[in-house]
Amino acid sequence: MSELELWLLFLAVGLGTFCLRLSFIQFHGQLRLPAVLNRALAYVPASVLAALVLPSVVNSGADAELLLLSPRTLAALTAALVAWKTKNILYTLLSGMAVLWLLQSFS
Amino acid sequence: MQYTTGKDAFYAGVRALLPAAPGVIPFGLVTGVTAIEQGLSPLTSIGMTVLFFAGAAQMAALQLLRNDAFPLVIIVTALVINLRFLMYSASMAPHFARLPKRWKWPLSYVLSDQAYVLSILKFTDGKSALYGHYFYAGAGISMWLTWQLAVMAGVFLGAEIPASWSLDFAIPLVFLALLVPSVRNSACLGAACVGGVVAVLAMDMAYNLGLLLASVCGIGTGLLVEHVQRGRPGRALSPAPGDAAPEEKAAGENATGDKAP
Repeated sequence: MSELELWLLFLAVGLGTFCLRLSFIQFHGQLRLPAVLNRALAYVPASVLAALVLPSVVNSGADAELLLLSPRTLAALTAALVAWKTKNILYTLLSGMAVLWLLQSFS
Repeated sequence: MQYTTGKDAFYAGVRALLPAAPGVIPFGLVTGVTAIEQGLSPLTSIGMTVLFFAGAAQMAALQLLRNDAFPLVIIVTALVINLRFLMYSASMAPHFARLPKRWKWPLSYVLSDQAYVLSILKFTDGKSALYGHYFYAGAGISMWLTWQLAVMAGVFLGAEIPASWSLDFAIPLVFLALLVPSVRNSACLGAACVGGVVAVLAMDMAYNLGLLLASVCGIGTGLLVEHVQRGRPGRALSPAPGDAAPEEKAAGENATGDKAP
């Protein structure tokens, strides 16, 4: 993608995001969120984040095969445990990277 | 606490945000490093951060850029991740209703998870109604500054980090750190499992549409589980947060187990 295309892409996301943030604040009393959409929004984080995490964890081999017992899956499982126990981004990041580096140095 | 001046309320907002900074800074650093590793120039990375001001959407966009996804898919994915701002906007709207546009627009731009959570508590306690928007502005602007500076630090560190560090793995780890606390009940757990498994199955779909398909399937599952639970009397709709987490671990293992070659 060229530099110009990147800027246009980011501008589009930026404007769209600003509209989402401004929506109800600007049009208070005139806009209403349908009830089903309101309930659906509660499940956006869990489904999108899981959809982002799982493929990049299991599809790590250079031969693009799905691997269960790769350094990456083990590192991700450790990080998930740490995330659950500590709810801290920094500890999750450090533990996951540490396990990955450790396992990679053996293989 | 009751604030007597706007200035008091503003600084109270800044102080309220400070404890959140240690959680935000590493996320920002990784975002900056990832942008540079993606081949973006420092200026483009900073421009992206100012335009987005949304970490998860920015990380997702960077990951999709890495996969050479179709631009429209990148835009739609980022906006789907940012849909939560609609909820925050709706929730804040009554408290900003009397403010002029020169307040509303900048306040909307700095709307973030942290500023929202901190301020909505202030707004709903009823006592700080008069200067509530100053409190929010304090929290929102300091969150904005923290984020921009953290990403900028990552941008200037990025060039120094060798590829052998596998820092691309930091992206899923950050998402994981956000995912685990977002699984608050069994409906969220269903959404996460289905979203994750569909994303793995649909990995080879053209233009990275798999991510969107997976998100829609996950959201649908969440609604379905919620619907089924409503139909069953005597069952708690939302178990305690601690209950859902061990299931999530096991489900994560099952989800990857299903996909073993």
